Amino acid sequence: MPDAFRRDDRDVHPPLDSPPYKSTALRHPKQPLVYLPHTITEVTGPALGPARVGELDHDLTRQHAGEPLGERITISGRLLDGDGRPIRDALVEVWQPNAAGRYRHRWDRWPAPIDPNFSGAGRCLTDTEGRYSFVTVKPGPYPWGNHPNAWRPAHIHFSLLGTAFAQRLVTQMYFPGDPLFPYDPIFNSVRDPDVRERLISSFSIESSRESWALAYVWDIVLRGRDETPMEAGP
Amino acid sequence: MSAPLTPSQTVGPYLALGLPWEDGPYAAAAGAPGAIRISGRVLDGSGDPIPDALVETWQSSPEIGVGFRAFARCPSDDDGRWFVFTLRPGPVPGPAGTTQAPHLDVSVFARGMLHRVVTRIYFADEADANATDPVLASVPPDRRETLLARLGNDGHRFDIRIQGLDETVFFDV
Ligand SMILES: [Fe+2]
Repeated sequence: MPDAFRRDDRDVHPPLDSPPYKSTALRHPKQPLVYLPHTITEVTGPALGPARVGELDHDLTRQHAGEPLGERITISGRLLDGDGRPIRDALVEVWQPNAAGRYRHRWDRWPAPIDPNFSGAGRCLTDTEGRYSFVTVKPGPYPWGNHPNAWRPAHIHFSLLGTAFAQRLVTQMYFPGDPLFPYDPIFNSVRDPDVRERLISSFSIESSRESWALAYVWDIVLRGRDETPMEAGP
Repeated sequence: MSAPLTPSQTVGPYLALGLPWEDGPYAAAAGAPGAIRISGRVLDGSGDPIPDALVETWQSSPEIGVGFRAFARCPSDDDGRWFVFTLRPGPVPGPAGTTQAPHLDVSVFARGMLHRVVTRIYFADEADANATDPVLASVPPDRRETLLARLGNDGHRFDIRIQGLDETVFFDV
């Protein structure tokens, strides 16, 4: 049986009760969490494989008859574990609004244009070095109802299954230098400013492709295996 | 070499754009012999349905084979309802030579939740196995009920109460 995973430091993830983000009020447990040992259920996970991913799923600019409007960009990086080891053949799923900041969703009613050539969802599998890559357009910032004049900094939602239930993570990737960072209670829900910085991608001139697209690079790190013997061995 | 962990962020209200799969709720193919349906609602601290949640289940089983994904994913509907279709899990090893009762691990994501919450589904009709399960034993006795799926007309019923009266037990994984 595989090893257990290292437990996260307390300050890595945002607290579920985070008053500046108002919707957390009725959506956080008030009872203490119960410690769950890492048994076989937690240290294993689904192997989904290439059948989950269509040929153009990684390219959000080629899913319709025409190209979407906006700034064409690439997002790429590596999926690693806490020991810096690549996580291979793992599913990476993304979703985002269009260049005007509008999601193609029935609940998104803010009057920015819908782009008929942009759905805003993508997926890919990491390669043997843990690399993933997407082609898309840069998402726009958008308003939301959390507080007066509330705007989300531009971001792309990421979902990672890793290799085990214990590694599951959903997060958001931001863009460098966004002027909305100081005002966003979701970004700032990660309390340690150094940890928060890990959510921001870097611009890369080396990875940008001449006369085609600017490149942003972002590595994602999931938990590593515990070096100590299995805490829950059979 | 150690690498710094990436923090969690909320799945937001528009998870339905990127996460649901057409076959998502079907860990076992529809019509698979012996398959069971588990369903319920996701409710907030006011007892109102959470219509923008995602429920994922994972189960480990020695009999995992072709055609059984063991993983299911279902977005909640406008009434907070979700379901999965799967094979009934068997007992699996637990810590220190114990045996765990049949269970599924569950992740719940939603707008307003900055990190997933994790719970487990056990089966009310496995009383003997549940009585010796090491994880259930670590849960305060008056809260264990919240982890039991109950068989009804529509398969096994398991509601997830994020907060408030009869709050579901959530785990630190
Ligand atoms: Fe968003």
